[in-house]
Amino acid sequence: MRTSVHTSEAMARRLAKRRAAERRFRAYGIVAITLAILALATLFTSIVGNGYTAFQQTYIALEVTYDPEVLGLGEARDPKALSGANYPGLVKKTMRDMFPDVKGRKDKRALYGIVSSGAAFMIRERLLADPGLVGRTERIRVPADDDIDMLVKGHIDRQVPEAERRVKDNQIGWVETLEEAGRIERRFNTAFFTAGDSREPELAGIRGAAVGSLYALLVTLALSFPIGVAAAVYLEEFAPTNRLTDLIEVNINNLAAVPSIIFGLLGLSIFINFFGLPRSAPLVGGLVLTLMTLPTIIIASRAALKSVPPSIREAALGMGASKMQTITHHVLPLAMPGMLTGTIIGMAQALGESAPLLMIGMVAFIVDIPGGPLDPSTVLPVQIFLWADSPERAFVERTSAAIMVLLAFLITMNALAVVLRRRFERRW
Amino acid sequence: MSGPALILVLLAFSAVAFHLGRRRAFAVSASAGGVKNLHSLPSYYGGLTALWCALPAVVVLGLWVSFESSIVENLVVAGLPEETRALPPERLNLVVNDIRNLAEGNIVSGEVVPEMRAAADHYLELRRTAAAASAVVVLCVAIVGASLAWRRVSPSLRARNQVEQIVRVLLIASSTVAIFSTLGIVLSVLFEAIRFFGHVPIADFLFGLDWSPQMAIREDQVGSSGAFGAIPLFAGTLLISFIAMTVAAPIGLFAAIYLAEYATSAFRSVAKPVLEILAGIPTVVYGFFAALIVAPAIRDTGAIIGLDVASESALAAGLVMGVMIIPFVSSLSDDVINAVPQALRDGSYALGATRSETIRQVVLPAALPGIVGGLLLAISRAIGETMIVVMAAGLAANLTANPLQAVTTVTVQIVTLLVGDQEFDSPKTLVAFALGLVLFVVTLCLNVIALRVVRKYREQYD
Repeated sequence: MRTSVHTSEAMARRLAKRRAAERRFRAYGIVAITLAILALATLFTSIVGNGYTAFQQTYIALEVTYDPEVLGLGEARDPKALSGANYPGLVKKTMRDMFPDVKGRKDKRALYGIVSSGAAFMIRERLLADPGLVGRTERIRVPADDDIDMLVKGHIDRQVPEAERRVKDNQIGWVETLEEAGRIERRFNTAFFTAGDSREPELAGIRGAAVGSLYALLVTLALSFPIGVAAAVYLEEFAPTNRLTDLIEVNINNLAAVPSIIFGLLGLSIFINFFGLPRSAPLVGGLVLTLMTLPTIIIASRAALKSVPPSIREAALGMGASKMQTITHHVLPLAMPGMLTGTIIGMAQALGESAPLLMIGMVAFIVDIPGGPLDPSTVLPVQIFLWADSPERAFVERTSAAIMVLLAFLITMNALAVVLRRRFERRW
Repeated sequence: MSGPALILVLLAFSAVAFHLGRRRAFAVSASAGGVKNLHSLPSYYGGLTALWCALPAVVVLGLWVSFESSIVENLVVAGLPEETRALPPERLNLVVNDIRNLAEGNIVSGEVVPEMRAAADHYLELRRTAAAASAVVVLCVAIVGASLAWRRVSPSLRARNQVEQIVRVLLIASSTVAIFSTLGIVLSVLFEAIRFFGHVPIADFLFGLDWSPQMAIREDQVGSSGAFGAIPLFAGTLLISFIAMTVAAPIGLFAAIYLAEYATSAFRSVAKPVLEILAGIPTVVYGFFAALIVAPAIRDTGAIIGLDVASESALAAGLVMGVMIIPFVSSLSDDVINAVPQALRDGSYALGATRSETIRQVVLPAALPGIVGGLLLAISRAIGETMIVVMAAGLAANLTANPLQAVTTVTVQIVTLLVGDQEFDSPKTLVAFALGLVLFVVTLCLNVIALRVVRKYREQYD
């Protein structure tokens, strides 16, 4: 029997080889996608794993006697005396009363270190709000120091030799005593959402940065949306094909790909040095972000305008509308969902951007919550950057938590954009 | 009146102007035989009045704001004692700064003398007067503009055409913002860079091998002359970008091929958004990930197999940057692979080629220019990336090709040199702008080439 070319053994071997190559090639693709998804999963799990505990904070219940003698008040009860009273002394006295057998300066200092330095401020706020409390005793909850917080949450290993951890053996003993007495509890960390930045992790919050981000984004939105839409309308509907139009288009495409840090240099030398706008202000941040998001918004808006069929324009023009009327009455309303989607995506980019803001001084350590776009402030991503630089273990946790908040905002914005697109997408 | 309040009042004024203009249009039409005899719809007359009310006032306000501080400063300086005014400009600047700080209740550098206190009071008073005067002038301009337009309202006034003309000019102005921002970038970076090259020769900067950008406070200090050779920075940037591309190029490309050629539409609709999430994560998050999780992991792995890995190794920053760039490569390659006409594939299948043979020998060669363009864009993205390297790469300017050592990059140095207080006449600050210029030029070239390649390729099959 003659073997044909198609059934020979050599052919079968070749075919097997080719099919193996086919399978290999296909596997490369699957491996590549798996690797990408794996990287994403690692990123998310490590951040969530590091950060979810930051939404709780360890509190210690103290029996505080508002003793006028300890406070150094004497007979005075007026707000001025109350605001300058010796609250740290009161906290220390309370701690000594709880553990009367602690002697020696070093041990005492370790004991005072269990509660946050913010405890004195909390008591001050309480007394200023209600001066009638002086002389009475009450049980209040104060935040624990960040190291104690880490200990209670299990991030500090109690088995490690004393010299290798930040918490002393006797501190662990006291904490265990307090735990047995039921005086230590973990509660929702409200300070994280209501406080500004602080050097003490247990007192630090993201509110200042979030408000700074809000102001910067408001400036960005107020400028980039109208300018972006106007530019897109001109380029798509009016612009004649000439040198100027070409130049504008080339510029927009290039700006979209210029490294963000260059925009920071622009902001520093033009807005701050030349126009003398204040450093660290969300206004300047908003201006820089406007220039960065404009290309995104213009490109998306042009795509939205392009998708409106010409028949709509022709019908309007045929009815005697002017070109401007055609656009404002018919084309713009139809293109608006697409433009809004592009704007939201641009805003999400702006919210995550930090490099140019470092250049214009939004990295300062700012405790106060900004009251307007001219107050010095920072923004969420930069706050993350600042906290990531801090050595305390508790800041690692809070950085991850701040990242989770930032990602939650971004996901919400992007989801909104997707919903908007799905809802209003029209096929002509 | 503060700026935002003034703008709100101005908006209110123009709303009133709109209403008045529209009413007047109705009024004049009554004597001309009804609304139908007006040239334009009544609201256009209102719009014209409102525009005349707002636009000149906004222009005046803008001019006022940009010149107010320098005029006030000159007036304050003019009021200073004779000997203070005779100081050299830098010292005088310092005095003015002190006065401003004193007026705003900030900390002052020197001791407060009565003359300075007086000057600060003078300054505050001038600022107050200026604020009040600006409000008055701006609102007057608004009223005058509105009333001029209001008087012109008549049936024959071509209000619609005028409004449309003004809007058209505004549209053109908006679209030129892009040109102005490019111009702003070029000018700001270029001018400071030229000032830097006045201190340090351009050849020393571009080809020098030593980087230690400190400036002496005193002349006789140790290491008083900084070294501004940027080669170690360029090398570090290239090393990290290279590592990033060795991660991103194969993964991104194979992911794109699989998604475009093999994946079912269900898989595609899941995998594509997941890849896009990678693109949407802020770079500061990647930086944190690199510095806190990837770098220690690499160091520990290195320690196990007996390698000495720096804790801020180029490898960690490069790997994470590669992950960040995967979606750029994959989505751009996906686009170009999809743009290859189906007829080419069908032809290849008809000759008996398998799918992978078709992809390797037909689709990829056809899509190659577009893929190369996408890779160039990705490289430019890697070179300009800042936060990952600031957080995960080092500051030491090592000239090395070893990915396990710490290197520094152009963007890291720009950030370190410019964060915090700086003086603008020291080469230490100015060199950041020179680095920025190099960065801008290099990324611009890459982008222009990439965009041209991509566009040219697209035109072939359309």
